[in-house]
Amino acid sequence: MLAAAGFALACGVLSPYAVMLLTALKPDAELRTTPPRVLPVAWHPGNFLDVLGDPAFADWLRVSLVVATASTAIVVLAAAPAAYYTARHRFPGRTAFLFVVLVTQMFSPTALVVGLYREFFELDLINTYAALILTNAAFNLAFAIWILRAFFASIPREIEEAAAVDGCGRLGVLMRVILPLSLPGLVTAVIFAFIAAWNEYIVALTLMTAPERKPLTVGITSYVTAYVQHWNHLFAASVLAIVPVVVLFALIERQLVGGLTAGSVK
Amino acid sequence: MSGRRWEALLWLGPSLALIGGVVFYPAVALVRASLGRYSITGLYQGSVGAENYARLLEQPALPTVLANTAVWVTAVVSITVVISLALAQLLNQDFPGRALVRWALIVPWAASLIMTSTLFVWIYDYYFGALNQLLMSLHVLTRPVDWLAEDTTVMGAMIAVGIFVSLPFTTYVLLAGLAGIPGEVYEAARVDGASTWATYRLVTLPLLQPALLVAVVLNVIYVFNSFPIVWTLNDRNPGFGHDTMITYMYKIAFKSALRDVGLAAALGVVNVALILVAVVAYLRTVRWDDDAAAAGSA
Repeated sequence: MLAAAGFALACGVLSPYAVMLLTALKPDAELRTTPPRVLPVAWHPGNFLDVLGDPAFADWLRVSLVVATASTAIVVLAAAPAAYYTARHRFPGRTAFLFVVLVTQMFSPTALVVGLYREFFELDLINTYAALILTNAAFNLAFAIWILRAFFASIPREIEEAAAVDGCGRLGVLMRVILPLSLPGLVTAVIFAFIAAWNEYIVALTLMTAPERKPLTVGITSYVTAYVQHWNHLFAASVLAIVPVVVLFALIERQLVGGLTAGSVK
Repeated sequence: MSGRRWEALLWLGPSLALIGGVVFYPAVALVRASLGRYSITGLYQGSVGAENYARLLEQPALPTVLANTAVWVTAVVSITVVISLALAQLLNQDFPGRALVRWALIVPWAASLIMTSTLFVWIYDYYFGALNQLLMSLHVLTRPVDWLAEDTTVMGAMIAVGIFVSLPFTTYVLLAGLAGIPGEVYEAARVDGASTWATYRLVTLPLLQPALLVAVVLNVIYVFNSFPIVWTLNDRNPGFGHDTMITYMYKIAFKSALRDVGLAAALGVVNVALILVAVVAYLRTVRWDDDAAAAGSA
């Protein structure tokens, strides 16, 4: 009974994505049949090869990888020391700092997009990697700080003191003792920051107007416009973009709620 | 003491620089833009005071856009929460294949919103879409509906997608809340002879209230801020008849013939102010404090 309900739920959730996958496997001629068919008549996995061989797709993929990787690196480099220091020390301004971090988490860049555009326009950074990387890093920082802070706080101080006795400096303790012990938290922060940047749309749409500077989310929409409708290519590209992030997301499933609610729901 | 302060600044510095440069500064730039005039190419042409705000109030589309936003946020959040309560209850039970169902539920959460949105443009398609085909084969419809072009169906079609992508996060928050309810409470209810429904209403729901509040307030913020769904599904319709405050702002700034930076910035400031109100409401409901946050999520 419960299993049947669960099965129905899984089917319901996945059915739109089944349409995506099946459309990605149709040849051009089968996109426009009336009445529409769910399954392809002539299965055409070649769409995936077409997309992978498309130089424009290669550009978008490269931009997405560069932006997601670089912004994730910045997130970890900025979040780790902040998370460590706020987990270990009380100091004036600590609560204020964490409050500001929380507010940035609530603000997606969407509401600020006109301001972001003004800033990067004035700095002449439209169509640059730097603008997109920094924006993604700033808005994904909060999640990483909450997750890392919770892991750091759970490590007994005695371990650190022992390392300090052995001659580790404070940064050495963080790098050699704390971070390795917090590896699950670090992995969670990295995966979350990477996926968030990988999926980001509105800032990329606004700042990256040159065709060779568009990431996947913005680029692939050019497969379907008022003039061309390559739905099979659009969905083949979408499947390629979605499958890896679903696998990564499943790995950090159990940490997500804690990070997104700043620990207020465990 | 001041040495301590410098030390803190060193450790927090990279984070502060990022937040200052890419969150705080754009907010200032937004406010400044809302008080200025810009050429069509985006060059600043001096201050105009509150004129942009006055013009915003005179926009003929504004009442429709405000009403759309209210309907969009209210419908998506309320229906999402009700369905998620049921889904969380289901996934909180043990049954064979539960891990797989949880995994399936992750897909709309992990997938890029813009890709899910374009997928639904195809599913809703008048001629070739799977939805019309399904509903006609079930004899719910006798002829196809142009879901994304009819004024009466666009908002409903967008709300359905909004709910679809909001369910995973909401269900997971409620699941986390359910996991925090101790088993003895249910034991006591059973000893007292409470029915399943009475137990749910009188025991589960009150204890779930903190998680429920978090889910509602965070969803209000997320759904209000949501851009790709309305942007994509409403793409074919001219004018601002089905826009929310977020997509309306974007069109004023970057897409429509208006290209009016000052006017869009004024609306942006209003949007930011509304989100700030929701953030304050959130912090009050969860009585957030930083030590609890540190202890909570690991």
